[in-house]
Amino acid sequence: MNAAATALAQPASATSDLTCGYQRFALGGFTFRRDEYFAHVGWTARDGRPMSHTMDAGNFLRALMRDVAWGFFYGTVSFDDVVGTHNHYKTVDLFAGSFNGTMKEAGVDRLENFATDEIRATFEAMLDDWTNERFDPFSAPQETGSPYGRKQGNNRAKITRARELAKRCVGLKGDLDLRSDERGAPVNRAFADVPQEQPELHPEPGFEDEVHAFNLFGFLSRSQVTWNPSFTSVVKHSYMCPTTEEHILPILHGNDRVEWFFQMCDEIHWDCADKDTGKPLARVIMKAGDMAAMPAYCRHQGYSPKRSMLLVWENGSPSLVYEIQKGESPEIPVQF
Amino acid sequence: MSAVEYQTRFGSLSNYEKGGVQAIADDVRHYAFSNCFDIAAHSKPYERVVFGQNQVYVLECLRAEGSSPWYTCAHDEFALVMDGDVEVHLVKLEAAQTVPDPDKNGAVQVEGPPRGARMGWMRLQRGHQALLPRNTAYQLRSATPGVVVLQTCKGDLSIERWAEICQTA
Repeated sequence: MNAAATALAQPASATSDLTCGYQRFALGGFTFRRDEYFAHVGWTARDGRPMSHTMDAGNFLRALMRDVAWGFFYGTVSFDDVVGTHNHYKTVDLFAGSFNGTMKEAGVDRLENFATDEIRATFEAMLDDWTNERFDPFSAPQETGSPYGRKQGNNRAKITRARELAKRCVGLKGDLDLRSDERGAPVNRAFADVPQEQPELHPEPGFEDEVHAFNLFGFLSRSQVTWNPSFTSVVKHSYMCPTTEEHILPILHGNDRVEWFFQMCDEIHWDCADKDTGKPLARVIMKAGDMAAMPAYCRHQGYSPKRSMLLVWENGSPSLVYEIQKGESPEIPVQF
Repeated sequence: MSAVEYQTRFGSLSNYEKGGVQAIADDVRHYAFSNCFDIAAHSKPYERVVFGQNQVYVLECLRAEGSSPWYTCAHDEFALVMDGDVEVHLVKLEAAQTVPDPDKNGAVQVEGPPRGARMGWMRLQRGHQALLPRNTAYQLRSATPGVVVLQTCKGDLSIERWAEICQTA
């Protein structure tokens, strides 16, 4: 982990802010600075007007953490109603107001395209510099310290966790390991009542590596992060990406494809809105056993009062994004 | 300071509560909202009811009760137990009984009794997930009704009845 952290590229445009101790960053026509409470984004509108936007520093860092950890994910990752990124898989758009109906209509938005490596280097450096030693932007608010105040140390180990991706199935020989106390993955306090026994396996001699099952709920109860879909089983391009959720999904996700949610315990409330304008469309209340699709025209943000287990189910086909662009893939999962 | 106690709420065939879509300005059918316990409560044993679909890929919901037919598949599948106590029995299928087309999607029923070496069996409870390896025969057994979610591709045995399982208004 530390090796990856020390390899963070330092963008040439970073400058030091003497009052609070944080660096300022610039990327194309955008500027970023933080103070004790806020992250401030600045840009110039298409007609030359200077524009600005302010986010709570904790909310900004939680969003930035997901965007960095997911490599810009699928489609649009909005930090809030104004600022976000849109992944084109080799390049990434950075935008302010471009997916906000009112700002777009007023012509005060800005969208700029960057090579993925360039925006990644700036985002990683910003996340590293603006995250103080007591704050873990991957944790729920009750689990970590305050994001506020002047610059104090860093939390490099917590912001450079490797993404956990099984190739075939968790626990298989040569694949992603099961989680355990010994591997630094104790059971989360909110899942203390989740059974930890593994399934009974009775392989015949010679079939020990093929007769395979594991305790998925136990595995999830030991997740050390929130809102971070990770692969546990793979069928061709069908990826089971379960994750544990607590508090608010730090981004609004406007996927470029249909995705499905299967709520495995407790509950999550989803706000769904028009992907392009932010106009509210629906709220989806999901309890244990509920299944719902997120149509490709909506963006969604989840609220989980208690840490809960969510199966995010993705079709990771590399050709899907082009099929969507050509109109060959429907925005609605199923017609009935 | 004493630790806060939490209760994790799982669902079951005998005790589940559905959420739902609260529409503001949209058609609730676009969210294809269903519940696996509700589906299994109204299914025959081992009907493979599709409740998630993304192009060729599906998630199927099964009511596990008694012994299933023997199935096989040209690709891996996975079974996640959501309720009950389910055994999975595996046979390394002879080539003559495997699916001839390696690109065929979805499970098929094995014709006649499965022939090949017994690979062993597994006993799964709620939250346990099993690999159903490609080109093996598998049978699910459950003494009491349970609920299983299958990660697979849409195939000959997949049953679609969206209007019956999904919220429509």
